[in-house]
Amino acid sequence: MTDVGRVVPEDAGGAWEMVVGLEVHTELRTATKLFCGCANLFGDEPNTHVCPVCLGLPGSLPVLNQRAVELAMAIGTALHCEIRPSTFHRKNYFYPDMPKDYQISQYDEPINVSGWLQLPGGRRIGIERAHLEEDTGKTAHAGSSGRIQGAEYSLVDYNRSGVPLVEIVSAPDMRSSTEARAYATELRAILIACGASDGKMEEGSMRVDANVSVRPGPGAPFGTRCEIKNLNSLRSLGRAVDYEAQRQIALLESGDAVVQQTRHWDEGEGRTVALRSKEEAYDYRYFLEPDLVPVVPDPAWITAVGAALGPLPAERRARLVALLAGAVPAVGEGFPDPDVGVDAEGSPGVSDAEREQILTVVDLGLDGLVVAAVAGGVPARLALARTANEAATDAGAAASLDPGAYTTLLGMEVAGTLSATQVKAILSDLLAHGGGDPVELARARGFEAMADAALVTVVREAVDAHPAEWVRYRDGEEKLAQFFVGQVMKATRGQANGKGVVAELERLARE
Amino acid sequence: MTAAAIAAAVRSGERRAATVTEASLAAIAAGEGEIHAFALVLADGARRRAEEIDAQVAAGQDPGPLAGVPVALKDNLCTRGVPTTCCSRILEGWLPPYDATVVKRLAAAGAVVVGKSNMDEFAMGSSTETSAFGPTRNPRDTSRVPGGSSGGSAAAVAAGFTPVALGSDTGGSIRQPAALCGVVGMKPTYGTVSRYGLVAFASSLDQVGPLATTVADAALLFDVIGGRDERDTTSLDRPAPRLASVVGQGVEGMTIGVLAEYLEGADPAVAGRIAQAAEVLAAAGARVEEVSVPEVRLGLSAYYLIAPAEASSTLARYDGVRYGLRVDAEDTAAMNVATRSAGFGAEVKRRIMLGTYALSAGYVDAYYGQALRVRTRIIDGFAAAYERCDALLGPTAPTTAFALGAKLDDPLSMYLSDVCTIPTNLAGHPAISVPFGTGADGLPVGAQVLAPALAEATMFKVAAVLEAGAPAVGAGS
Ligand SMILES: [Zn+2]
Repeated sequence: MTDVGRVVPEDAGGAWEMVVGLEVHTELRTATKLFCGCANLFGDEPNTHVCPVCLGLPGSLPVLNQRAVELAMAIGTALHCEIRPSTFHRKNYFYPDMPKDYQISQYDEPINVSGWLQLPGGRRIGIERAHLEEDTGKTAHAGSSGRIQGAEYSLVDYNRSGVPLVEIVSAPDMRSSTEARAYATELRAILIACGASDGKMEEGSMRVDANVSVRPGPGAPFGTRCEIKNLNSLRSLGRAVDYEAQRQIALLESGDAVVQQTRHWDEGEGRTVALRSKEEAYDYRYFLEPDLVPVVPDPAWITAVGAALGPLPAERRARLVALLAGAVPAVGEGFPDPDVGVDAEGSPGVSDAEREQILTVVDLGLDGLVVAAVAGGVPARLALARTANEAATDAGAAASLDPGAYTTLLGMEVAGTLSATQVKAILSDLLAHGGGDPVELARARGFEAMADAALVTVVREAVDAHPAEWVRYRDGEEKLAQFFVGQVMKATRGQANGKGVVAELERLARE
Repeated sequence: MTAAAIAAAVRSGERRAATVTEASLAAIAAGEGEIHAFALVLADGARRRAEEIDAQVAAGQDPGPLAGVPVALKDNLCTRGVPTTCCSRILEGWLPPYDATVVKRLAAAGAVVVGKSNMDEFAMGSSTETSAFGPTRNPRDTSRVPGGSSGGSAAAVAAGFTPVALGSDTGGSIRQPAALCGVVGMKPTYGTVSRYGLVAFASSLDQVGPLATTVADAALLFDVIGGRDERDTTSLDRPAPRLASVVGQGVEGMTIGVLAEYLEGADPAVAGRIAQAAEVLAAAGARVEEVSVPEVRLGLSAYYLIAPAEASSTLARYDGVRYGLRVDAEDTAAMNVATRSAGFGAEVKRRIMLGTYALSAGYVDAYYGQALRVRTRIIDGFAAAYERCDALLGPTAPTTAFALGAKLDDPLSMYLSDVCTIPTNLAGHPAISVPFGTGADGLPVGAQVLAPALAEATMFKVAAVLEAGAPAVGAGS
């Protein structure tokens, strides 16, 4: 993240600084909706998870889901927010997929305020608030265009109506699209770690809006901002932020003003398009929701939610760094303090490649495999590499791997029982079958025999086939060991154990 | 016959619920053409329910404290599979898929619902004239209004159609029609009766309550419908009330304040009845003194900002998308407008516009915000009075029942009809209207007993003493 805190975009001659704040909506992984007992499930038959409350039927009343409050507090804790007594308001506007024609949302008294998120690069981004609100239903427009204009009729599915959301509003602290992406990535990992969200941007369970402005340089007053909607992936986020900043710079450099607007990101066209200006903005007529009482979590509850919180991504990265540095994990041992400079970037003894591996493994939630393997005697670098490079290719399956089986498998590589290639093959078996016994799988593939008698034969054949090289090796040209390893691998289609080959070569040379 | 007497007779097997129900239906058949107390009479359902009650009694089971008691339900209480319209065109054809909590509790107590009673559209009115189904007439004088918005419920009880009814009270909508029809009407402490299934007008003010011919029956009904409901977060976490037994305990040693501000605009004959009521209380051993709560003068203006503001939001859902009336148009927004234009009556539209304005950017603090501050002052004003007094006394309405049509085109004069009831809703306190003689026109006057939050027991005791000492309706002073 070389451009952190720097003037961006760089091809703007370095004169302009981009200012970005993100508003992230995440659907909470509760069993039921925010104000009723309907299942919080998508993809089912339309309007099968509905009741008088989430359909806004006359006479129905909302009852707050305590689990949603807990998850909101977990998010607040993870983002170092102050958790406060909070209230709900009504946000009034007409929309057919909003059954009451108002949204129940926290307004001037949100549950979480004043926190921060630390990017893996070390910079802290302020969190202004993280508040609870309800989701809307979904409208489908029937007709040729699929859009509201020209639609013959519209169909509304209220299964999503009333699903709990937390909206996390950052301070305008990001200074590049790279930072915006890093923030969204880290926030997603935190939300997943909290058990609050599945973090799926493409499926809409995490939705990002970006507020973008530019200014002449650091310290100058903020420029007029535009809010960019419809960012369905991290890639869209990065592209849209860069496009929008360039658009504003071009306006300013040609003497025009930026108009405060809500703009829509068109992924296909690669540009933002005006939706509505500030003057056209809705008057939401917020007022205190009279059907709900204030949420006043007692300190013991807040403490319990914090105590139940698992280790967060920063701590988990710090732990992997510590493992690379030779620390030995023990069961139940606390994680290193993530705020004392042991984060991945800039940590001594960690290469750039390893830093990327650490980010990948923690992002995908596979660091538990690394920790288990190291505890089982596997060298940390090997465990990290196998996890980041092989297990990560099917992260979904890897996440549910039995750490014991994984440790056994890598242990066979360490012991020289299996070659790296064999380990990778068996790992792909484990991932494909959703588990299994690595010893059994190795036997089934006939890998074990290679380890002893068969290997001696193959090495002998390689030596006999290349007498000139053998003489040079025996006379001290050690690098030729790799030549023979290569020959043996070729002959065994990669199934031999490299260390075993070298050991056999050394034995033969001593004969 | 009172509800208590009917229930006792049905529970003991002395009378059949079917007989009671037939008597109620016969009274409706005879008088409903003139009174129009109901939006819908549920004769078949009532007969089936009465049979069930009788079968329970025959099987040796106890159907409950309202066994076989015919009840009228205001048409803003949701009844499963039975039209619930709030007497508005916009809800025409809607069948709720669920029962309101109070409806369930009535059923569990053995009550027999005989109909959905007429009301001002969405409970917005003080005369039952804004009903989309036409007005209700006052059984005491059919040229007069029954009051409102629970005018149908009050008229049903006054006409002898049912011994008891449920209404809802947002600014006086139970007490004012009770006063005008000469029956008892009670507005409980906010949060003591579930609002789940009560179609909201203004959620922070609405409360369901009983109308009855006696104070004891009102207490009996309150005991049945009251108590915590998990479906209503604003319902208080308290045990269900048990007040039917305290009604006759008297007022000896109590201090009752006669609320000076409520007498200021009252018709002299009405004020005279309240003075007479004070004497009854003094004679029964209460200390009676004049009390001033000047803040209540601000109630009407605060109410006409807060209630419409909430209503403008609460009534947004009637948009033609999901249920009720839909008037088709070229797109969704135009359909919303066409539906709401056709479906809402003039008074509802007036209040939606008032409320929308009161919440608008740039005005919200001066109007809605100011009204909330006034609301707090009213609560403080009452609190000061209740430092000295156990209960307050005043008229329920400044006048007796007015003529049909007299105030329909003059909203301000109509609103003034609730000037003595609104402060109670703003404070969230309980109050009850008890018939206390008549005015100069021979029409009923209601004496209102106000009490602090959760002091229903005190309120019922005072009301019972007034009831016992009241001049008969129709008798001169
Ligand atoms: Zn639901």
